[in-house]
Amino acid sequence: MLASFWQSFEQLPGLEQIGRAFWELASNGTLLRSTIASLFRVTVGFYLAALLAIPVGLALGRRPVVYHWVNPIIQFLRPISPLAWVPFAMLWFGIGEKSAIFIIFFASFFPILVPTVKAASGIHPMYFQVAANLQFGVWESLRLVILPATMPNILLALRVALGISWLVVVAAEMIAVKSGLGYLIIDARNALRMDYVVVAMVTIGIIGLLLDLAMTRLEHLESVRWKLEQK
Amino acid sequence: MNRNKICVDHVTVRYKNGRNRAWPWSRKNGSNGAGKAHALDGASTAILQDITLDIDAGEFVCILGHSGCGKSTLLKVIAGFIKPDEGAVLIDGQKVNGPQNDHVFVFQEGALFPWLTIIENVDLALRSIGNASERREKAQYYLELVALEGAGGHYPHMLSGGMRQRAEIARALAAQPDILMMDEPFSGLDYLTRLHMREEMLNLHAMLPDTTILFVTHDIDESLQMSNRLVILSESPARIKCCRQIDVPHPRTAVCPTLSEMRTQIYHHLGVHSAL
Ligand SMILES: Nc1ncnc2c1ncn2[C@@H]1O[C@H](COP(=O)(O)OP(=O)(O)OP(=O)(O)O)[C@@H](O)[C@H]1O
Ligand SMILES: [Mg+2]
Repeated sequence: MLASFWQSFEQLPGLEQIGRAFWELASNGTLLRSTIASLFRVTVGFYLAALLAIPVGLALGRRPVVYHWVNPIIQFLRPISPLAWVPFAMLWFGIGEKSAIFIIFFASFFPILVPTVKAASGIHPMYFQVAANLQFGVWESLRLVILPATMPNILLALRVALGISWLVVVAAEMIAVKSGLGYLIIDARNALRMDYVVVAMVTIGIIGLLLDLAMTRLEHLESVRWKLEQK
Repeated sequence: MNRNKICVDHVTVRYKNGRNRAWPWSRKNGSNGAGKAHALDGASTAILQDITLDIDAGEFVCILGHSGCGKSTLLKVIAGFIKPDEGAVLIDGQKVNGPQNDHVFVFQEGALFPWLTIIENVDLALRSIGNASERREKAQYYLELVALEGAGGHYPHMLSGGMRQRAEIARALAAQPDILMMDEPFSGLDYLTRLHMREEMLNLHAMLPDTTILFVTHDIDESLQMSNRLVILSESPARIKCCRQIDVPHPRTAVCPTLSEMRTQIYHHLGVHSAL
């Protein structure tokens, strides 16, 4: 048992080998191409999810009756891994871009939707009474109360969802597409190039880190800082 | 003379199980606290019972009562946030059936929008003014009125509790209300700041003699120092226990015999039999 464990360590490529692999993949453009392919899918899927989940979440949060009926459906769909949708994605969209984007969309939709609903329903009713007192219209209530009040939680949800998308894109690419960092890993494994696998993994890690840093920066924007300072 | 006269006419408010603005099954989500929801099971509890009260324009009325007796509820009925189950509130002969921007409410909990700066908060009450620079000037004027001219660019969380209260009062004043309803606006403040705020309220009322002020408080000295009239509510359900006119001119002092006798009476009404 211990011996086999040790053996598996032996199979890890050396640093020098990894450096060479990195240079190969970088210079022939594979690494950049794969990264861009993955990032593109994540971006499109994530934006689509955010564009749909935020308005739907705000509406549901402010309409408790509707939410009460829709919530079971959400809670039923939510625990199904986005990867479980792969067969249907491939059936509907075939192997390729659309399938991957569809899966990313599913991966980030609920992590954005659920916190948005919670944030919108949790706005203190007093703020709406102030809004009524100041005679806000629907549009002003949205712009001056609902959006800013929920923004800190929405940004947090977006950050989590982006992390999940980045996790899922690699898995999706291993099955449903023939490009991207996930595909690079599968392809390298099939060719028994563990050094390529490591390069891809490190790249995934670094990009994930950068994405998270970018999202954290957003949370320090002036307009959402109030939430941090409260309490 | 009768302009902006408030008539609270036999108002009764109940919190009861069946009567609910939101649907009964949505109640467990617990989100919509705006309605008169979630009461004690089955029973309908009267909170306000047959309250009748006339208030003239320019009066400074303090509403006193035990915690939980229904002071905020009464004020919210007058503000149009809560619909009475019986009776009605008439302002200037018109039945109140919703909030209005010339009857402004200052909340017990502090209701500045934390995501806007102080001046942006005040600016919200001035949206009817089209001209941007004029608006800015007006907002600045109201901040100066409460001695916050330097704090316009700050967010509420950067200010002290007293400054936040003053900022909210500035926002309320900027709406140029005929009626200013204040629900324990000084409750979160330390004693010294409260004393300062009392003086500032009196100055404001002297400056705006037509503005009617309804002021809920626990603090008997506060009410004795500021108001023209005291309304004391009884408990569960709240009725008007007694109404007192206070004609002592400002500035009032603690040694004034009329006031100290009145204080003893009020303590007595509220069930306190020995106080300093
Ligand atoms: N939404 C509600 N549903 C049911 N009962 C309520 C609701 N809001 C208030 N009450 C009850 O109405 C009564 C009066 O409440 P109110 O807030 O008017 O008291 P108050 O006099 O302002 O008290 P305080 O001095 O503590 O602010 C309380 O007993 C409270 O339990
Ligand atoms: Mg109260």
